[in-house]
Amino acid sequence: MTLRDLKPGQQGIVASVAAAGSMKRRIMDMGITPGVEIKVIKEAPLGDPVEVSVRGYELSLRKEEAKEIELRQ
Amino acid sequence: MGITIALAGNPNCGKTTLFNELTGSKQHVGNWPGVTVDKKDGIYKKNKDVKILDLPGTYSLSPYSAEEIVARDYIVKDRPDVVIDIVDGTSIERNLYLSLQIMETGIPMVIALNMMDEVKARGDEIDCRKLSEKLGVPVVPVVARSNKGLEELMAAAVEAAGKQPRTEWPGLFGEELENAIAGIASVLGDSDPRESRWKAIKLVENDEVVSKSLDPAKADCVKKLVEEANRKAGGDAEAKIADSRYQYIGKIVGECVRKARRGHVETKSDKADKFLTNRILAFPVFAAVMYVMFACTFSENFLFIEGLPSPGIWLAGIVENVWGMLAGAIVGAVEGMGASEWATGLVSSCLDGIGAVAGFLPLVLVLFLLLSFLEDSGYMARVAFVMDRIFRHFGLSGRSFIPMLMGFGCSVPALMASRTLESDKDRKITMMITPFMSCGAKLPIYAMFAATLFADGNRTAVVFSVYMLGVVVAVIGALLLNKFAFRSEASNFIMELPQYRMPTLKSVLIHAWEKVKGFAAKAGTVIFASTVLIWFLSNFNFGGMCSMEESLLALAGNSIKWIFAPLGWADWRASVGVVTGWIAKENIVATFGQLFGGVSDEMVEAVMAGEEALPAISEVFNKVSAYSYMAFNLLCMPCFAAVGAIRREMGSWKWTLRAVGFQMATAYVVALLINVLGNMVF
Repeated sequence: MTLRDLKPGQQGIVASVAAAGSMKRRIMDMGITPGVEIKVIKEAPLGDPVEVSVRGYELSLRKEEAKEIELRQ
Repeated sequence: MGITIALAGNPNCGKTTLFNELTGSKQHVGNWPGVTVDKKDGIYKKNKDVKILDLPGTYSLSPYSAEEIVARDYIVKDRPDVVIDIVDGTSIERNLYLSLQIMETGIPMVIALNMMDEVKARGDEIDCRKLSEKLGVPVVPVVARSNKGLEELMAAAVEAAGKQPRTEWPGLFGEELENAIAGIASVLGDSDPRESRWKAIKLVENDEVVSKSLDPAKADCVKKLVEEANRKAGGDAEAKIADSRYQYIGKIVGECVRKARRGHVETKSDKADKFLTNRILAFPVFAAVMYVMFACTFSENFLFIEGLPSPGIWLAGIVENVWGMLAGAIVGAVEGMGASEWATGLVSSCLDGIGAVAGFLPLVLVLFLLLSFLEDSGYMARVAFVMDRIFRHFGLSGRSFIPMLMGFGCSVPALMASRTLESDKDRKITMMITPFMSCGAKLPIYAMFAATLFADGNRTAVVFSVYMLGVVVAVIGALLLNKFAFRSEASNFIMELPQYRMPTLKSVLIHAWEKVKGFAAKAGTVIFASTVLIWFLSNFNFGGMCSMEESLLALAGNSIKWIFAPLGWADWRASVGVVTGWIAKENIVATFGQLFGGVSDEMVEAVMAGEEALPAISEVFNKVSAYSYMAFNLLCMPCFAAVGAIRREMGSWKWTLRAVGFQMATAYVVALLINVLGNMVF
């Protein structure tokens, strides 16, 4: 399961980040690392990107980026 | 002896507010060499021996954006005496991630724990003494916007400047990685062990910039050690390091921060977002905000009241009138002293050049007062969030919308608004296509052709279609630039949505003032020089002063007119119009008025408003070639003021020329297509 599969209001624990290169780096720099709790707050009016809450702040990312974030089962 | 303090921190952490509070008005804004990243420095207002430098806001010191490279190069290479790291107490974990990376450089550091008022309001508590103990650096609680704790902060910074900082954090990266880092550091063997350790960490993190700078003799050995570190870390030491930093932070925060509630807590921001980024309301709200911004800056009928100017237009009118009177008086005085005709002409054209710069200042000022309010309040991030889905199709991000919309008013402030874009690629593409939005000064050209050549009932449709043409070409242009000119650069949209905050009046004013000053200085020289040059060309030939028909410009017009033959208007007057249009696009109408049978000034005014026709131009133009001419002037190089703004924002002549070249080529191709296809159809 990935972050993309969560609906607004649902939360999960990050297992790993599948992206590579600078995107992976950016995702991890922003605090999305294994073991962290992440919650989907809402979708943008056109359905994409999504707003998530992680480490006490709000972040937006595209769904294709959310797909790279694996969650623990 | 003076000391240098660098301010570092995440975007939106209150760094700029702190900088403004510390330096007051004694600051200097420029660009870092080679990149369009703000470089601000100033003097501490309470001690002139302390120089303060504001580093760009970053989340990390990895080498993936211009801001990050600038910030870390400054810290590592220029070595300030001390770094003040501003940490937003409301998202302390992510902020401390950057703190750890700054500490790794071995430069003395002080943490300014900002937004303490908001932390308290949430019912959270942060034990600063304990935090300081755990991290091994001084931690000073502050509220930058209300000036609380700043004296204590500066005292701590000055004290830390002379001290040897702590360089070891036991257990940070785990035993295996620590051993690997120590091994690589000993191979590097720099004179300063702190530098070796920092480089070693970066090498394990796969940092391209540091690995390229390696001594070739050591590169092989280092490579093996990095590979070994990777193996030990389960294949991905880079991820392990980021993870270790966050785990270390998590442990410290767990001991020093007491949160009133766990998990995601609904804040005032979330409540505001329920309305502002609501599925149904987001677009109407956004449209209303944009309308207000646009109307305040450019509207001639403000609040729908006929003839009431908006603040921007009102101020511009005052500046124009005052300058007109002043210039008139100066020219009169010069004439009174018995100066020759050309000397008077030169003086008056110089004054016009300055007037052209001054006339834009009120628009820039008003637009940036509003823009910086939106930016500082946090709404701009939501605009990007809402619009991203649409702009992604053109390879841009949602933020490009604002400069493009502003382009319908005036390209100059629009181009400057592109500064709010995060990615360098998006910024450049946006600047290249923003002038395609038909600005206010281009409308008189369409009005002239519409009134002269098109039937009454079609006029509105013709003018509207030119506006739409600009939008369509901009979209296609963005797609092509993305595909062919910027192929390698993938964009992402991982962006913080900061809490809404009411910006302080002071920071909004300082921000707008910086823009006005920057525009007047940089763009001003371009505008001034080109205006005087065109004046010279249109009033002189090799025999001295002459009328425009016999001028060097007419000569040039005659010799280049063949270039425009495929576009349908191989006429020297049309060519001269293109050139005088670069001073200001509405000049084309005045030039035509003069060259096609010497029309009076009042007549030119009426033609500009579309109330009168200029029948003489039908000698040269038919409907198709007129449309091709309108399209060409819409898309070709914008006025010198806009080119000056591009130059300032691109930060390089090379990119400025590329942008202008792209615009010229686009204009030519589109006008050619219109002429060829138009003649086939009509």
